[in-house]
Amino acid sequence: MKKTPLYDTHVALGGKIIDFGGWALPVQYSSILNEHHAVRNAAGLFDVSHMGEILIEGSGAQEFIQQMITNDISKMSPGRIVYSPMCYRNGGTVDDLLVYQLDTNRYLLVVNASNTQKDYEWLRDNCNTKDLAIKDVSADYGLIAIQGPASQKILQKLISIPLEEIRFFRFVDNVEVAGVKALISRTGYTGEDGFELYVSSDQTVKLWEEIMEAGANEGLVPAGLGARDTLRFEAALPLYGQELSPNISPLEAGLDRFVKLNKQDFIGKDALVEQSEEGLKRKLVGFEMIDRGMPRTGYKVQADGKDIGFVTSGGLAPTLKKNVGLALVRIQYSNLQDEFFIQVRGKSLKARVISTPFYLKQ
Amino acid sequence: MKVLEDLKYAKGHEWVRVEGNKAYIGITDFAQDELGDIVYIELPEVGAHVEVDDIIGSIESVKAAADVYSPVSGEIVEVNEELETSPELVNEDPYDAWIAVVEMTDSGELDNLMDAEEYEKFCEEEA
Repeated sequence: MKKTPLYDTHVALGGKIIDFGGWALPVQYSSILNEHHAVRNAAGLFDVSHMGEILIEGSGAQEFIQQMITNDISKMSPGRIVYSPMCYRNGGTVDDLLVYQLDTNRYLLVVNASNTQKDYEWLRDNCNTKDLAIKDVSADYGLIAIQGPASQKILQKLISIPLEEIRFFRFVDNVEVAGVKALISRTGYTGEDGFELYVSSDQTVKLWEEIMEAGANEGLVPAGLGARDTLRFEAALPLYGQELSPNISPLEAGLDRFVKLNKQDFIGKDALVEQSEEGLKRKLVGFEMIDRGMPRTGYKVQADGKDIGFVTSGGLAPTLKKNVGLALVRIQYSNLQDEFFIQVRGKSLKARVISTPFYLKQ
Repeated sequence: MKVLEDLKYAKGHEWVRVEGNKAYIGITDFAQDELGDIVYIELPEVGAHVEVDDIIGSIESVKAAADVYSPVSGEIVEVNEELETSPELVNEDPYDAWIAVVEMTDSGELDNLMDAEEYEKFCEEEA
């Protein structure tokens, strides 16, 4: 298994190490629920160094990225971040990613760890110009996320610039955080306020330790992959491989506001325009259980005696204390209050469509 | 991992505490640790007749689901309803949070179970 720079730190903290797509990372330190509640009420610290970073620079960089992603980056400027799906020609999803504009002709794409190689090759294979260079720089970076209402207060202790000036989906680069040079963005995957800090991989451990110490009396806890999943799930944020895949388009996943169909041509545009004009045949919905039971990824959804879809993510929403899920279902069953049956371990359990996100931060 | 001396243990990590002809059944410390945060427990029906290895309940944690298998045959005479509202009790005190009580039809089946020492060894080999 691959190790991030923080592997030994996780072991020392009592992290329960699992194989996460080839990476040795902690699923939890104390308990998934403890860590989840800590992030919602105070703050949690996550090692996300396994994420991929791909640098695209050159005079042709903006135009190339515009052709590869569904969202529009023409109004970006340095210091801004755009979230976008990236599609195949048939409208299925290659990945969902963040585009950081570092400079006029310099962009950093931050991609899902499991898709780093695939994304890099996809970009390279579809690049028909010599006006740019594409580099996989993942190994150069360590990445730490601090998430929760106390995040700013904790991080402010280590940095001289006023953090409140970094707005959501903005970043500052080359800032000193407890003596470590970092790029700090106000981004995250939990539905809470928080920051992600990109540092040189050899500085990751130092930064982690400094933040842990600064947060010691503010309720900061280390948080693992388990809590990362329950937090993003409650906030109904998509997870590639579940809500998005080569077989699920961003339109089906409800990400239409990140798909700019009136943009100049991009890979997948024709297929997505067709999907939009014909009307979706299936759609991602949120649901809550009516009967007692636990919905999980892959469980079938039935109504009127037939299969109508499947659960993409499901389980306990810890803050809401109820069992909910996301499911990709036929469009006829996607209206609020529609009812259907989740096949849970041999039992047919009733559920109803509810609005998402399940949780909205206070 | 905590293992109690006076209990019997099954390969599915269930424990049995015998009181007269009744078998109190729960899951061990090893099992609750493996599962992580338990968030849902399905209890069996009182009055149901079970054979050895029949499923008498299921436990769902945040990350996994597991069935509970009966270590003995008999009739379910009592279930621990508190676990429906507070499943986390199984994590907190697995040997106190019994799941169901079986009135045994053949207490000789207890001889097929492991004692504390055998179970400890069994866990070491599993890990």
